[in-house]
Amino acid sequence: MKQITVTVNGQAHSAEVEPRLLLVHLIRENLNMTGTHIGCDTSSCGACTILLNGKSVKSCTILAVQANGKSISTVEGLCAPGAPLNNLQEGFKENHGLHCGFCTPGIMMRATELLEMNPNPTEDEIRWGISGNLCRCTGYNNIVKAIQYASAKNRGVEPASTEPQFV
Amino acid sequence: MIAADFNYEAPATLDEAIALLQKYGDEAKILSGGHSLIPMMKLRFASPEHIIDINNIPGLSDIGIDGQTLKIGALTREAEVEHSAVLKEHFPIFGDVTKLIADPQVRNMGTIGGNLAHGDAANDHPAVMIALNASVVATGPEGVRSIPIDEFFLGFYMTALQPDEILTEIQIPMPAAGTGSAYHKLERKVGDYATAGVAVQLTLDGNGVCTYAGIGLTNVNPLPLRAERSEAALLGKTLTDEVIAEAAKYASEDCSPSADLRGDEEYKRAMVAVLVKRMIHKAAGRAVA
Repeated sequence: MKQITVTVNGQAHSAEVEPRLLLVHLIRENLNMTGTHIGCDTSSCGACTILLNGKSVKSCTILAVQANGKSISTVEGLCAPGAPLNNLQEGFKENHGLHCGFCTPGIMMRATELLEMNPNPTEDEIRWGISGNLCRCTGYNNIVKAIQYASAKNRGVEPASTEPQFV
Repeated sequence: MIAADFNYEAPATLDEAIALLQKYGDEAKILSGGHSLIPMMKLRFASPEHIIDINNIPGLSDIGIDGQTLKIGALTREAEVEHSAVLKEHFPIFGDVTKLIADPQVRNMGTIGGNLAHGDAANDHPAVMIALNASVVATGPEGVRSIPIDEFFLGFYMTALQPDEILTEIQIPMPAAGTGSAYHKLERKVGDYATAGVAVQLTLDGNGVCTYAGIGLTNVNPLPLRAERSEAALLGKTLTDEVIAEAAKYASEDCSPSADLRGDEEYKRAMVAVLVKRMIHKAAGRAVA
């Protein structure tokens, strides 16, 4: 067993873990934060995406011991309970960026880093940027719009209309 | 999926890491990005008794030019390779290849050294390193030794690294003036292994005559393959359509692809020819730009 300390959404947690414990299991089962999902469990789908020292990573393919001393952000940290949604969450709500919602936490964490590195991405950059996340419901179009919405609001620009466009 | 139990060590120095490798021998595996190793451990294809995590060792992830040599630390993440200003300026091929390696989250973890040390002909960097004529630096108890890329890949998951050696650096000759490089792989979807992949580096003199040609192939051969006859077909020639077609034909003949869900052998050979042509044109375009 190894003693580790991780900071999750600003709060320090210590745990004694087996080296083979995956980071996603530490988060979900030891820390009881179930916003981070397990989808494929093979680093393909991105549902388990979190930020590790600010970088988006797939927590199903990282050992909990590898996160020792590091800072983790999960979907629970995007806004405090009862506080207004952050721009990304609001973008997903306003643009219908989710149906079943299973992929959403991972996509929002990935998009958090994407917008950090590239505050005003093109549609193509957004699509490449979320290419490590699978969504089986939306067809991605509304996810792209949700990220564009957050990008605009982050930059103080009026987001595009969220009304459906009929042509 | 949970891996079999193992002992985990995270040494803070290279010397400590090598001492642990000497102690545990081939029961130990190095953990760098872990995005090949951990999936294999979860699937129980690999059950190492000891994991030596080298991520806490400083100084293994620098990118810099030292005289006529580009040096890339083995622990450099694919995302760092992707966004490196030095690489963008001198080696546009790294922009091509990193964008096609797995996906953004995997590139935040995966390392260039791990991509090579894994010894998988389906990985993308081996072909690139062949085209760039790289050397791999291994550090072991006896010190440091340099391994030419053509002597590095020995078999499926087998490399010239000894059980007590760590791949610490990649060294690439700086390109002469008039050099261009390019990589592309045909893949069914993001994160897939290549149906076929081709890396090309060319140097053209003032008259458009090819004075250097490096061509490496991904996932169409049991080992990463240098397309030697294709390179020879370009050297000393101006790159006419006939010359390029000949080089493409040789590569498609000299590789040895196996049929799988990505295509049959004939299709893969055809794609090798197409990609060799395209990458020669792209590299040549960059050489004169």
